[in-house]
Amino acid sequence: MASGRQRLMKGLGLAVVGLSIAGCGSDYVVLHPAGPVAQSELHLIVLSTVIVGVVILLVWVLWAYVLLRFRDIPGNQAPYLPNWRHHRVLEILVFALPVVALIAIGIPTVRKTYALDHVPSHHPLVIDVTSLDYKWVFEYPRQHIATVNYFYMPVGRPVLFQLTANSPLTAFWVPNLGGMEYAMPNRVLPLWLEATRHGVFLGRNSNFNGIDFWRMTFEAHAVSELDFHAWVHRIQVTKPPMTHRDWRRLLHRSVTAPAAFSGYPANTFPERATQFTVKGLHYIPTREP
Amino acid sequence: MSMREWITHLIKLLFPPQVLLPDIVGIDIGLTVGAIAIMVYLTVRHRWGWLWREWLTTVDHKKIGIMYLIAALVMLFRGGVDALMIRTQLIGPRAHFMGAQQYDEVFTTHGTVMIFFMAMPMVFALFNAAVPLMIGARDVAFPRLNAISFWIFAFGAILLNISFSIGGSPSAGWMSYPPYSELAYNPGVGENYFLLSLQVAGIGTIATGINFLVTVLRMRAPGMSLSKMPIFAWSALITSSLVLFAFPPLTVALGLTMLDRLFGASFFTVAHQGMPMMYVNLFWIFGHPEVYILIMPAFGIFSEVVPVFSRKALFGYEAMVGSLLAISFLSYGVWVHHFFEMGAGPGVNVFFGLSTMLIAIPTGVKMFNWLFTMWGGRIRLTVPMLWQLAFIPTFVVGGATGVMLAAVPADYQYHNSYFMIAHFHNVIVGGTVFGVLSGMYYWWPKMFGWKLNQRQATWAFAFFVAGFWVTFMPQYFLGLEGMTRRMATYPAGLGWTSLNWWSTMGSYLMAVGFLIMVYNIIWSRLHPDWDTTGDPWDGRTLEWSLPSPAPEYNFARIPHVRSRDEWWAMKREGRTDDVKISADSVQPIHVPRNSAMPIMLAAAFFVGSIGMVFSWFWMAILGGLGVVAALAYGSFADYSELTIDAAHVLKTEAAMGRVDS
Ligand code: HEM
Ligand SMILES: [Cu+2]
Repeated sequence: MASGRQRLMKGLGLAVVGLSIAGCGSDYVVLHPAGPVAQSELHLIVLSTVIVGVVILLVWVLWAYVLLRFRDIPGNQAPYLPNWRHHRVLEILVFALPVVALIAIGIPTVRKTYALDHVPSHHPLVIDVTSLDYKWVFEYPRQHIATVNYFYMPVGRPVLFQLTANSPLTAFWVPNLGGMEYAMPNRVLPLWLEATRHGVFLGRNSNFNGIDFWRMTFEAHAVSELDFHAWVHRIQVTKPPMTHRDWRRLLHRSVTAPAAFSGYPANTFPERATQFTVKGLHYIPTREP
Repeated sequence: MSMREWITHLIKLLFPPQVLLPDIVGIDIGLTVGAIAIMVYLTVRHRWGWLWREWLTTVDHKKIGIMYLIAALVMLFRGGVDALMIRTQLIGPRAHFMGAQQYDEVFTTHGTVMIFFMAMPMVFALFNAAVPLMIGARDVAFPRLNAISFWIFAFGAILLNISFSIGGSPSAGWMSYPPYSELAYNPGVGENYFLLSLQVAGIGTIATGINFLVTVLRMRAPGMSLSKMPIFAWSALITSSLVLFAFPPLTVALGLTMLDRLFGASFFTVAHQGMPMMYVNLFWIFGHPEVYILIMPAFGIFSEVVPVFSRKALFGYEAMVGSLLAISFLSYGVWVHHFFEMGAGPGVNVFFGLSTMLIAIPTGVKMFNWLFTMWGGRIRLTVPMLWQLAFIPTFVVGGATGVMLAAVPADYQYHNSYFMIAHFHNVIVGGTVFGVLSGMYYWWPKMFGWKLNQRQATWAFAFFVAGFWVTFMPQYFLGLEGMTRRMATYPAGLGWTSLNWWSTMGSYLMAVGFLIMVYNIIWSRLHPDWDTTGDPWDGRTLEWSLPSPAPEYNFARIPHVRSRDEWWAMKREGRTDDVKISADSVQPIHVPRNSAMPIMLAAAFFVGSIGMVFSWFWMAILGGLGVVAALAYGSFADYSELTIDAAHVLKTEAAMGRVDS
């Protein structure tokens, strides 16, 4: 039963995704997932579009029919029922119709919301993300490197982003890889994404934070595991470490070019009042003094 | 500080660089010339006294309704010009129509003006114009409070609107999220204008809420039980109750931000572990009910318009009322859907996602009930009905995309994108604006006594609706292409160019529609088509039993209501003479006396707010004292009623042929 429904949903999803890829160019980043998170979200987008599309069509057809049939023109043969106020069956039907549509959308919504909250790996690549005014800083705590406005990730391995801000609220969004999450001062929020194909995907801040907001973009490079390690190594040996002066310069309100550092001061991604830890595969929010 | 330094400081404060852009200076000059011209006209024609007596001090709900309407149309113009500037900037990549700073100010003003100073007063205009008449009341419950509401709103609107020429506009968006709205990131007085103007206007709004709540509950004509009440009155009742509970959280959110900005508190700052999330929650606990405050009156209007122009009783009255109640109840429990991405966790997100979806059920019921009301009717394509007919297929799309947004993981991809922008314009323009325009055309003859030319109004309608579709449908696709809201401009090569171009063209079409509407109003005023019957649409509810416009006291004789659609029943049963008076039964009528206190009170609020905006606390205190003085004067002044004697009533009614012989 469940597998039958899943297969149906997959088939439906694939059909519509196929159509939309044929119909829309790759500019439709949301419709061109490059990883499981975006893929899962796209399925829900497609499913909900189809369901509400049916309801919209129904209303449009009824609307057009009523408008054509019941006009106040001489000689209109349609029945005139000035006191028709109730119809038990109809009233139950129009109540049931949205209920059914919403159940059909609600169930996968619940499932996916929970599913997307689990990192599907005990060993995700961890990237600490800090949004500063008009730039993004990515720190790799295990590799101990840092980049500005771009990052590399290995294809096929989940990445856990730990998001915070040293700026007003921003939101981290790489539509090809999946939906967004806010980066907030004094808090750290989790988001996991994964790339299943190679490519350079444009990311941006989606939450307005000042006059250069629209320029606050970054690139996500998805490369093979091998290339990823090679890249990390290259940064470690060729780039200087980030000094406190570099950090202070990054804190200025400005747009900067992409940059990379082999190492960074520890206090650039400090403990926050509200953190989370990953326990098993779940995010567990924690509060620390 | 020497005098000279002080003056230099003052000038720099009042006229920072962003208010000295050539276009703004040009507008300043134009507005000044216009204001002088109006004053000269009033002086030459000796109209100041008339203005004061008939309008500025009036407490008559019909006149207050007209003033709200005029204010709302002016604000629609202002917000519309902002919209055209936004769209012009986005017509193509790398556009330089405005700088980023000005762009940010324009979109902030656009959102704030449209929601708080256009849509809200438009709704209140129609409440004032129609609700007392349709429930058979002589006025609202608290006429002077009604005037206070209007003037406080008006001065709040003025406060926000002068910011662009004195001191600088706010630029943190209509939601004004901290910490961006805090001093550290947003110096200058613009944000203070935002906080104070909404705070002041909010007081007026809450007062209106109380007023209509009591009016509808207490002032109905004898025999009009709640279940015989027109749906528009129901919507006024429910909207008012939403106002009452929704605005206080906004007051708190704005107040705390003000403490942060003016007095160095840290409720929402980055420093000292402030909690911006708290603001976000407070704002949306207000914000979501607010969007329903905007749509429910439109639902009410359509529930009046559809039966009248289908010549048929409303289908499923109980379901219509029930769904309004259900929506108002549910709308308090969905606010988190505005920030599923702020880390509340799956349990919370799922709860709020599902509760949001529930709202679609009563909304869907309403859509079908309107269609069933038309089913078996005789549909007349008058202008109010055209707006209604455009509303149904438009709003169903907006509601449907709302459900898509409520599907939590999908929202992770839509949030903050143009998809979401398209959704809420789809519901606010396609729902609220179509609704209030329908209501405006519907009640216009009752408000003014003359009708608007139908042919011109149809053209305005056609341009506006076509423009709406061309403007907002492409924006759904822009969202799927990854374009986010509030971008001052965008690079080429992302595929956004042609959809943006279309969207801009659509906005120009809407602008043409608006201009035709203005022409339509002016032309119809100059060539008036008087409504001599008082019932130009063959209406069903009590307001159409009155002459147009209604006399000062509305009903010379309060009707005794026996059925829903009472006026329709009177016409069918040949009881229309029930609304007439006879020479021997006429009674003197008490009406409230004009009062200068409301406008004085509002002016004191204005002065105090200016003081707060610029941190001139002596002036704020002065304003505060003014408020206290006006209130004290208002409480102690001999606020007696005016009595219109029976002979005068008889004469007025006789002139309108409403006296039984
Ligand atoms: C079936 C009914 C509706 C549903 C399910 C619904 C759902 C939603 C959701 C989930 C969002 C948040 C999207 C996001 O930020 O990612 C949203 C935004 C919004 N909706 Fe609706 N909505 C509905 C009807 C309405 C109506 C009737 C109005 C107003 C007349 C409205 C006005 C708005 C506004 C103004 C926003 C965005 C505010 C902002 O961020 O600036 N919605 N809606
Ligand atoms: Cu909402």
